[in-house]
Amino acid sequence: MATRVGVITFPGSLDDRDAQRAVRIAGAEPVALWHGSHDLEGVDALILPGGFSYGDYLRCGAIASLSPIMTEVVAAANSGMPVLGICNGFQMLTEAHLLEGGLIRNDHGSFICRDQVLRVENTDTSWTRDFEAGENITIPLKNGEGGFIASDETLDRLEGEGRVVFRYVDVNPNGSLRDIAGISNERGNVVGLMPHPEHAVEPGFGPDTDVAMRSGVDGLAFFTSVIERTLASV
Amino acid sequence: MTTIIVETMPKAELLDPQGKAVAGALARLGTSTFASVRIGKRFEIVVDGPVDDAVLAEVRTVAEEILSNSVIEDVVGIHVVEAAV
Repeated sequence: MATRVGVITFPGSLDDRDAQRAVRIAGAEPVALWHGSHDLEGVDALILPGGFSYGDYLRCGAIASLSPIMTEVVAAANSGMPVLGICNGFQMLTEAHLLEGGLIRNDHGSFICRDQVLRVENTDTSWTRDFEAGENITIPLKNGEGGFIASDETLDRLEGEGRVVFRYVDVNPNGSLRDIAGISNERGNVVGLMPHPEHAVEPGFGPDTDVAMRSGVDGLAFFTSVIERTLASV
Repeated sequence: MTTIIVETMPKAELLDPQGKAVAGALARLGTSTFASVRIGKRFEIVVDGPVDDAVLAEVRTVAEEILSNSVIEDVVGIHVVEAAV
């Protein structure tokens, strides 16, 4: 039976369909879930997609993190289900206290959209096991409020426990402290990052590479990783 | 009816890009007297009944857990404003 990966749509989600498509291309079955429901429909893993839920009112991801379905998301995450938060989804995971730190407006004050190089620093999480440790990958980044911040104490702990999963390479696009692009929870099943793996999964639609324009598919391993993770746990 | 004002600010040690942008605009207009600008939020919460300690405690909880994110913001004020008769 195919791994079933739920993608939750919130009011103002933009990349839910792209995330579903990435799940499909990776070989799993995407399941569209709705923020207003309390039903995870028996999925094996969850993705909180990018976008501008509730128009980024109050704080990015803050109102979405109070959605009905988040009760079930928090319970599932705490029981070990793989959960990936991309961009706005990462912001929601911090607002829901499933991940530490917070995201604030980019230090340069502007929205930024670019193909971003990241270093994969932890390949033990549910979403990164198909990467090589220390591997550099290129996936799109697009955010206005992607500056990752946390207290020095929290940053030291995240680094000490290997929970900095991705770091920006060459360019720090948003003022994130210690170039942090993505982190995980202690258990490694919950991962959040600002860049967008779901936009780099199919030749012709990904970032440019040395080989050919738009041929980058470095994001695919996120989704194949979780398939292996869920199959391994059966 | 009574209005309760909740004010939040980005934590002092954090960069406030909005405030910085406004400070830059003021400087360009030639106002050299302002050293810096920081931008926070003001919430006006209207209460139907009387404001007692229980209501204030509830507002404080909401202010600290929902209206602000303690990782990036501080609640800097909670004030009760009696309605004009």
